Amino acid sequence: MHPALQGIVTIFLGVGGCLAYFYFSNQFIDKVLFPAKGVNAGRNINRANIVRPWLFLAPALFALSLYLAYPVFATLWYSLTDRDKGNAFVGLANYYQMMDDPKFWEALKNNMLWLIIVPAASTAFGLLAAQLTDRIGWGSIAKSMIFMPMAISFVGAAVIFKLIYDTRPADANQIGALNAVWMQFNGGVGSFILLRALPAAFLAFLTVGSLWLATIMIKGFSSFTTILRSLFGVVLIGVAVSSIASIYGLFTATLPYGEPQTWLTMPFWNSILLMIVLIWIQTGFAMVILSAALRGIPEETVEAAIVDGANPFQVFFKIKMPQIAGTIVVVWTTITLTVLKVFDIVFAMTNGQWETQVLANYMFDKLFRGNDWGVGSAAAIVIMLLVTPILMWNVYNVRKEMRS
Amino acid sequence: MSNIAGSKSSLQWVVHISVALLVMLWLFPTLGLFVSSFRTADQISTGGWWTSLFPAEQNLTLRSTDPDDEGAQTLIDGVYVVEGNLFKAGVDATISVWGTSSRAIDTYVPGDTAELKDGETITVQINGDYVWTGTTEMTGRGQRVFATSTTPPEFTFKNYKTVLFGGDSTDGMTKAFFNTLTVTIPATIIPIVIAAFAAYALAWMDFPGRALLVAFVVALLVVPLQLALIPLLRLHLGIGIGKGYLGVWLAHTGFGMPLAIYLLRNYMVGLPRDIIENAKVDGATDFQIFTKIILPLSFPALASFAIFQFLWTWNDLLVAKVFLIDATGQTTVMTNQIVELLGTRGGNWEILSTAAFVSISVPLVVFFSMQKYLVRGLLAGSVK
Repeated sequence: MHPALQGIVTIFLGVGGCLAYFYFSNQFIDKVLFPAKGVNAGRNINRANIVRPWLFLAPALFALSLYLAYPVFATLWYSLTDRDKGNAFVGLANYYQMMDDPKFWEALKNNMLWLIIVPAASTAFGLLAAQLTDRIGWGSIAKSMIFMPMAISFVGAAVIFKLIYDTRPADANQIGALNAVWMQFNGGVGSFILLRALPAAFLAFLTVGSLWLATIMIKGFSSFTTILRSLFGVVLIGVAVSSIASIYGLFTATLPYGEPQTWLTMPFWNSILLMIVLIWIQTGFAMVILSAALRGIPEETVEAAIVDGANPFQVFFKIKMPQIAGTIVVVWTTITLTVLKVFDIVFAMTNGQWETQVLANYMFDKLFRGNDWGVGSAAAIVIMLLVTPILMWNVYNVRKEMRS
Repeated sequence: MSNIAGSKSSLQWVVHISVALLVMLWLFPTLGLFVSSFRTADQISTGGWWTSLFPAEQNLTLRSTDPDDEGAQTLIDGVYVVEGNLFKAGVDATISVWGTSSRAIDTYVPGDTAELKDGETITVQINGDYVWTGTTEMTGRGQRVFATSTTPPEFTFKNYKTVLFGGDSTDGMTKAFFNTLTVTIPATIIPIVIAAFAAYALAWMDFPGRALLVAFVVALLVVPLQLALIPLLRLHLGIGIGKGYLGVWLAHTGFGMPLAIYLLRNYMVGLPRDIIENAKVDGATDFQIFTKIILPLSFPALASFAIFQFLWTWNDLLVAKVFLIDATGQTTVMTNQIVELLGTRGGNWEILSTAAFVSISVPLVVFFSMQKYLVRGLLAGSVK
């Protein structure tokens, strides 16, 4: 059968089947199993109402359990067994094997970098865009332009950015925008300002900012979030230290002016360049959510602050930021989840070569190229473990919301 | 906001410029792909796509017709003459300066006559027409002319012809396009039906364990689908579904379910209680309430989820690679096709950019036409 025809048949069978199931199962309990007449009418109606929710839920629950809940446990089990030994239980052997693999540590290290940089940059850009576009007449058009990359696939984005990072020989015209810009630098005053002084200023700003945030995080002791906050504070101190180190590096490095660079083969920087693709995509998402939150701030609070003589920066950081803090956490965690699952970008652009490996691609590599299901499953479990804190946090919040 | 206090911010123009810069930065990458897809391979390799938007000034080395060619040389009044145009037919370029030696390429302006060795002369016009004369019969190759020329922007649909109508070749996207469509439509519609019933039960029916089930759905919302790959592939292979459309439809249905239930439940909970209770008092069954009241009222939420699921299934690579694409490659989808093109035709930007643009054009149309619902869904869908 032609696949398109098969698709149409499937739509009819799927949709029709579902509707028929819901209709006839309802008819069945109302008319046959627990008919609302005769001596037991009252009891039957109650019984039918006890069963009915489960009729409505059954197909969805089946799909959820089979396609998401069951695999968590199955993968956990596979990570403890060896397929070559007839699925025998091998304990943590797969995990040990994975930890001996330098590629795994590379992937983990890169994932951590992704986890710090991408959510932070996307949220920051999103906040900036939201705050700026809300103040101008053509803001909604600007918003949809920044939001547009959300519709573009990771693979499409990979092609788009590969063109930007493209390299041609030094004597030819550069067709990649990055190299075309790079070739404009010649080591003069302009290069010094743009490549050393400005980045150094940014890093200094980042150092001061993250140290300031870190003191807030570590100082403020509240009950439940203390551990999380101090963890965040430690990360921030780490960011501060590495930015100081980078400032030093900025002024001592010799830059290869006039030579086109093959950007995607430069370790560390190539990871950053891959992250830019995801930041480009996710900023729109952050902007949309944060813009709604900013508009939800009661105007009285802002007005009161202005009347009291607050300047725009104070209004933003002291009045608006605290009120959208919850939304920032939501945006941050949502982007974190996307980052943990990032696969397509790395797969399409470098396939983990030149030290750009990430966990999701490492896992795919082990599964379908290395055919090693044990280690692949172990890597998947590591991703699951990284997701678990967010999972627990979300469940905790929903439970709280439902109780109130 | 700051004009509430009575003074319009004097920094308003800074905001305008910053937003304009931000928008340009964000549009630049996509624009590059779009423009490149209308350029020929030669044009792409001569310069960045941004140069193609303006008339290009190039230094060219051109050559007249070889005098040895049949009929190229004519004898007029005792003078041997070769006439023609330096540019290939169809090229619409103008010459600003020209020369006959590589060391002096700007000696003459159009209309000038250059003296060559052996008493030969050549005259070049602005549009590339030349007259090359000699007192003796000329031999060898054509005369070289170094010209600085300006070519207007030039775009072509040739790439789209190759990619869309190129038949079954490796560059062809037609098959992949229809395969993607075949994956996407059932994978978008079926989860909606299943999830809508479940969402109604979770929102409006009272039963023990309801709160726990909502928490279960929220928990599954974040489970990485990486975990599902091996067990489900095994399951599919085990029960005979194997790799194919049925498998990928089922997988997308399962993976989209948590978001669908979550979005729809959040929306349905917010519907007015009176309507539903009135209907119950009037003797409507749950099934009737659902189909006659809840479903029509939930249209915005249904649309939101449909867009999400459509974009996600259309743009997906991983699920298709694992559950759909077999060794024959007959069921390849566009994302996979592009990744393969990246491997085999990494330097052929005219093919790559066109293929990529074909694949992102449909989501872009959906995005711009239904942005309202997408934004609404995003706001409702992020766990608060």
